[in-house]
Amino acid sequence: MNKNLKEKLIFSLFGAVTALVVLVTVAILVFIIFRGIGQISWDFISKAPENGMMEGGIFPAIMGTLLLITGSCVLAFPIGVLSGIFMNEYAHENAFKRIVTMMTSNLAGIPSIVFGLFGLALFVNFFKMGVSLMAGCCTLAILVLPVIIRTTEEALKQIDDTYRFSGYALGTSKFKTVFGIILPMAMPNIITGLILSIGRVAGETAPIIFTVAAYYLSEISFSLQSPVMALPYHLYVMATSGIDLEKSRSIAFGTALILMSIVLIMNLLVGGVKRFYSK
Amino acid sequence: MTFQKVKEKLIESIIYCSGTFTTLLVIFIIVFLFKEGSGLFNKKPVEEGYALAVNRFNRVSKLTPAQIKGIIEGDITNWSQVGGNYDSIYTFNLSDVESKFTQEELGDEFEHLNEKIAEYIESNTGVFAFFPEKYLDSSLTQIEVDKITLSSMLKGKEWYPTANPAAQLGVLPIILGSLWVTFGAILLALPLGLIVAIYLAEICGDNLKNIIKSVIELLAGIPSVVYGFFGLVIIVPLVQQTFNLPVGETALSGSILLALISLPTIISLSEDAISSTPQDLKNASLALGANKLQTIFRVSLPYASSGIISASILGVGRAFGETMAVLMVTGNAAIIPSGFFEPVRTITATIAAELGEAASGSIHYEALFILGAILFVFTFCINLIAEFFSHK
Repeated sequence: MNKNLKEKLIFSLFGAVTALVVLVTVAILVFIIFRGIGQISWDFISKAPENGMMEGGIFPAIMGTLLLITGSCVLAFPIGVLSGIFMNEYAHENAFKRIVTMMTSNLAGIPSIVFGLFGLALFVNFFKMGVSLMAGCCTLAILVLPVIIRTTEEALKQIDDTYRFSGYALGTSKFKTVFGIILPMAMPNIITGLILSIGRVAGETAPIIFTVAAYYLSEISFSLQSPVMALPYHLYVMATSGIDLEKSRSIAFGTALILMSIVLIMNLLVGGVKRFYSK
Repeated sequence: MTFQKVKEKLIESIIYCSGTFTTLLVIFIIVFLFKEGSGLFNKKPVEEGYALAVNRFNRVSKLTPAQIKGIIEGDITNWSQVGGNYDSIYTFNLSDVESKFTQEELGDEFEHLNEKIAEYIESNTGVFAFFPEKYLDSSLTQIEVDKITLSSMLKGKEWYPTANPAAQLGVLPIILGSLWVTFGAILLALPLGLIVAIYLAEICGDNLKNIIKSVIELLAGIPSVVYGFFGLVIIVPLVQQTFNLPVGETALSGSILLALISLPTIISLSEDAISSTPQDLKNASLALGANKLQTIFRVSLPYASSGIISASILGVGRAFGETMAVLMVTGNAAIIPSGFFEPVRTITATIAAELGEAASGSIHYEALFILGAILFVFTFCINLIAEFFSHK
């Protein structure tokens, strides 16, 4: 019975470690929610920062982040979904496809600060966009591109080949088969991937510091040529600012909670989309 | 009918173009990083437009940036320390001009300035002069400074890219800082992550597994700046109090935080790998009288080993490239790390903290792009290795 005793011991140890890890990670969530919830009020989400950013709300930062999400998704979704379709439906199994696959996964692994450098060099300096919404959207679009390609590809891969062959057997062209049969079937999974990539865009800080983020703006500008405030950068600024720790910390907690709720809402949406389509 | 076909062909060619887009993009990123940084290697680490001059009898004709910094800061006080005659060093620059010469000597329009500077340099054997090039007579003996090279950067131990007159571009402490923090993070995250993955894949029931997996996926989506903020508020003071340190912003704080950040990656990928072990193999092992524990360690883990290795390497990559969290909790001191209780500075944090201040095209700016290129090469290799293992 010795080996079964050992098994029991090790299994309970593993269980304890798992419980600990889950507890610690959940503690982060709970901590931010707990400390941030007191800060949230209508004024906090609808007013501009006041009094050297130590009072008032974070409305410009929320708007800035929403603008960045919209802009980068408009740029990245079409290219990403089309590349995903290419990878799974059109590319042949050859060296070229292997290279593209390798490059896509490498693009996904590039640290976000490198995108910041690239965005600064290419969009801000080379294309002379300056520190602007346009430059920030382009940088973030490149950052989420591999995520979108990967999810589209995975979603298409799950569709059984019999559907493709049935399409061909009925005499439809490849184009019609892909866009009329395969793509609609894969849609729920593609959409969930897109929603998750929105969460990713919302939270990225390093790529936007040098391409778009403004330290403080009192008004919201919708121009593509001007910088905007953004939630993650605002959180960074408030968290590391040394002036009046108590006030800046409470604003930071509020900002962190708003930022995190965007990610949480996206995750809930994913669950909603899955349930809607499975009906 | 034909119009329809043209439309289809058109959209299909757009699809082909998009397919190649990412490949071009990655190549573009590489080219741009190196293009922006490569200007550095044609430059000298001395501030642009400035030159260094010495007395004609001085045997020293070449100095390294580190030696120049030593002289300016008073660490090197005699020419014999840098291979010259036994003669103490006087530094001489623009701010000394007024105290050394009268207004009359210099002339109303400073028309005699060059002359006077040359005179002073030639009459003092130990002088070390640092002036804008236009004030130095061409007859003076100028000190040569080696051009910046990649190997001098990689070997250099000091990082003061804005130091005057000679920028110190040693990236060794920064690279070691990154490796050190990542190493600590992996030491913490790997055993924990593997245990959780094994527990989820083999031990606990499906319901619990689904709940925990969705929580972990949720955590993977939390922005790193939120993690960084959490680290700043909780981990930093905790580390400081527990180990009784003067500051809590240490390599240890960074490692703990990075471990938390890379745990979701390691857990969910290794769980997938372990779950992919065919049930037949496990049943066969159980039928031979092995218990569940033995089956896990002798059958499932060896079967999943390449997937687990690939997951761990991707976790390393995630930790190595993490920016905001380490910027906020590691203290950012550019010194070669010697323990976990000291501040360190990583590649990512250096770029994030300094790029805003560096003027486009300056030595500092280009040096940061070279750092970015180094970071890129590191992560590129990490990804290639991970890919190699995942296809094995």
